[in-house]
Amino acid sequence: MADESLFDFLHNEIVTYVLESNNKQNAGKDEDLSVLEYIGFSTGYRIIERLTKEMPRFKDELDTMKFVCTDFWCALYKKQIDNLRTNHHGIYVLQDNSFRFLTRLSNGKQYLDAAPRYVAFTCGVIRGCLANLNIMCLVTAELQNMPSCKFHIQVQRT
Amino acid sequence: MSRSTTRFDVKKVNSELVTLTYGALVAQMIKDLDNVDDVSKQLERLGYNMGIRLIEDFLAKTGTGRCLDLKDTADKIQSAFKMYLGIQPNVTNWSPSGDEFSFMLDSNPLTELVELPDDLKSLKYCNLLCGAIRGALEMVQLDVQSWIVQDQLKGDQNTEIRVKFIRRLEDAMPAGED
Repeated sequence: MADESLFDFLHNEIVTYVLESNNKQNAGKDEDLSVLEYIGFSTGYRIIERLTKEMPRFKDELDTMKFVCTDFWCALYKKQIDNLRTNHHGIYVLQDNSFRFLTRLSNGKQYLDAAPRYVAFTCGVIRGCLANLNIMCLVTAELQNMPSCKFHIQVQRT
Repeated sequence: MSRSTTRFDVKKVNSELVTLTYGALVAQMIKDLDNVDDVSKQLERLGYNMGIRLIEDFLAKTGTGRCLDLKDTADKIQSAFKMYLGIQPNVTNWSPSGDEFSFMLDSNPLTELVELPDDLKSLKYCNLLCGAIRGALEMVQLDVQSWIVQDQLKGDQNTEIRVKFIRRLEDAMPAGED
């Protein structure tokens, strides 16, 4: 498949579809993006399997995160994560200064209230791909100034 | 070998990303809606919405002008297939009156990695493509109908998408400017 814009359009339509089906079910309540997150989850879960099938095993959790920030992000979002921070106790913060789905949305705080819709899918993708690499986690996004976006990954240990 | 040297084939990954995302969406729709026909309808509508946006992207990137006739249109859609899906379908089966034709796809990126279970045999999985064609052509003032005749997912040799020209849409006056 040659063109990247196709994925952008598809993503936009998925967002619209999910919001519409939400509206039918619970009019008036808060926006529920869990379905969107789940679509991302299943996508991430499958794609990572195909990407890593011929790669050596990752050394540890940090090594996996680095892979997500570089190769994985490049393959999906055409750029690397700009900044990776961790407290070495299971919390990672991935910062992307111009996140692909937000770059054409706004440059600043306009439409900030709509922005979570456009990152929920990606939160799911991250969670799905880590889940398939045996790291269970919670992924949330923090948006302050578009098009930059921070993804918080909280690894769950049992 | 350091890991930063591992590079993926970006085009292939992008293609798989679209395929898998689309698959996840269809699965979700089947969960949401009880009726398989409704899912097909939704997919067509979704494709339509994509089509109305895709056409702008297409015209901006290729700089093509207005179509002279339906043959020209068919050729341009063919090049759009090449651009967005990386495949080159054949344009065949012209009707005698020249207002209907088919795209033959011997491979379909959307259905790679896909298998339909028996209870979903009536699902029109690729209806997105029909919708996209309809939406895109509507934006250049061509009213068409589009549907799937053959589907590899249902055991056919090729995937065949039929397009039928209905009418030419006229420029409408902007509201309030009589």
